[in-house]
Amino acid sequence: MYPSELHYTKDHEWIKVEGDEALIGITDFAQHQLGDIIFVEVPEVGKDLATHQSIGVVESVKSVSDIYSPVAGKVVAVNDALAQTADLLNKDPHGQGWIVRLKIKDRKELEGLMKASDYEKFLEGLES
Amino acid sequence: MNQTRFNELHKRLGAKMVEFVGWEMPIEYKGIIDEHLAVRTRAGLFDVSHMGEVLVTGKDALAYVQWLTPNDVARLLPGQVQYTALMTPGSTFVDDMLVYCIEKPERYFLVVNAANVDKDFAWIAGHTQGFEVRVEDQSAAYSQVALQGPLAEKILQPLTDVDLAGMKSFWWARGKVAGVASLVSRTGYTGEDGFEVYTTDPEPGAIWTSIVEKGTPLGLLPIGLGARDTLRLEAKLMLYGNDISDKTTVLEADLKWIVKLQKGDFLGKPVIEKQLAEGLQRKLAGFELLDKGIARPHYPVFVNGRKVSEVCSGTFSPFLKKAIGLAYLPIEATAPGTEFEIGIRDKMAKAKVVPTPFYKRGDKK
Repeated sequence: MYPSELHYTKDHEWIKVEGDEALIGITDFAQHQLGDIIFVEVPEVGKDLATHQSIGVVESVKSVSDIYSPVAGKVVAVNDALAQTADLLNKDPHGQGWIVRLKIKDRKELEGLMKASDYEKFLEGLES
Repeated sequence: MNQTRFNELHKRLGAKMVEFVGWEMPIEYKGIIDEHLAVRTRAGLFDVSHMGEVLVTGKDALAYVQWLTPNDVARLLPGQVQYTALMTPGSTFVDDMLVYCIEKPERYFLVVNAANVDKDFAWIAGHTQGFEVRVEDQSAAYSQVALQGPLAEKILQPLTDVDLAGMKSFWWARGKVAGVASLVSRTGYTGEDGFEVYTTDPEPGAIWTSIVEKGTPLGLLPIGLGARDTLRLEAKLMLYGNDISDKTTVLEADLKWIVKLQKGDFLGKPVIEKQLAEGLQRKLAGFELLDKGIARPHYPVFVNGRKVSEVCSGTFSPFLKKAIGLAYLPIEATAPGTEFEIGIRDKMAKAKVVPTPFYKRGDKK
């Protein structure tokens, strides 16, 4: 159910590694919890992020949620499409709804993240 | 948590349930934006059974309700409804509420906010010295739904013997809805045309299921508390605890229209007269954001760099597609067009005062 080429965090972010860079976004579970997303605050290109530092904020009609970077790195790109179409996060959270592209600082950090099957088990645990 | 008598029906419709003032309530079904727009363009059905109902009866019922509230209850004929408030002697709010004239002068039905039921009942029961009245909390017996939107009458009429076409806004009548004995009023909390249906029947489910059955082919959606809040804010309807409280006066809240000084004495009147003579220091104003972002309750509000208050209500308006809100501003900053700032996380966002309501029935997108 969750794409196997992505890795996941307990805060419901996903990360897709592409060489020494990675795309980061929020999972389908997160977008469903948030409801209709209307506004995404993204960091500036060039910003250095520490592990678990806030990348920005996702706002739905009724709530505000921080998004945390799963790994440390430098922001090399942000998804400009989100400024116009924030609901890409609802419609395609694992694809077109990507939020930032990072140049990864330390690949070893990826080892601590969940695979798709672990994330699915984690979600099942939440619902009980 | 308390559950309304429609609880199972919400779950069957896939509602996301949350706890709200001790009740398990639907916050959304399909999604806040879809639900909000359905009410503005077609119709929506709300379970509002958590609201409170207090019955005041006796030979002094009219005189007593007249004493407790600033609006003129004496002008109500049986069949009429009035928006008003329970006021403290300092002219601040215990709650806002609706008063239904059932029989004049001996029977009045007060509908109060879910968050304040116990407090309001204690208040209403606690000021009766000198009045021959009986005060009953009937909240547990009542279930209530609200059907709101331009198609509300079309959907409800086939289900009821009450003549809806002949019912004016802020009037009520008794009849059957889906076979269930009910009180129907042309009232609501969305800014649209619509009806509220009250019943003490312990099995009111048919009211909900029949309206859903009749309305769904016409585009009716069930509506949760999330959209209930965005709808009422666009229409600049007050939410106790956010926009009005025991720290805000009726004049500061821009509700002078519910104060009828010529009707006689009432709790809070002397203070209101004094405030009218002295003028206001601050007033509740509507605003929209000029910079990107959404202003939410409690975000700090700055005028000329100085913090003056916090946002009372704020959200993203699904109909207007902009961030709107309400805040108390210094009186000199309340003219429409005045620019000020709201602190949103670590940035200052520019906002400007706009006339309210943000939305009026019939406005097109």
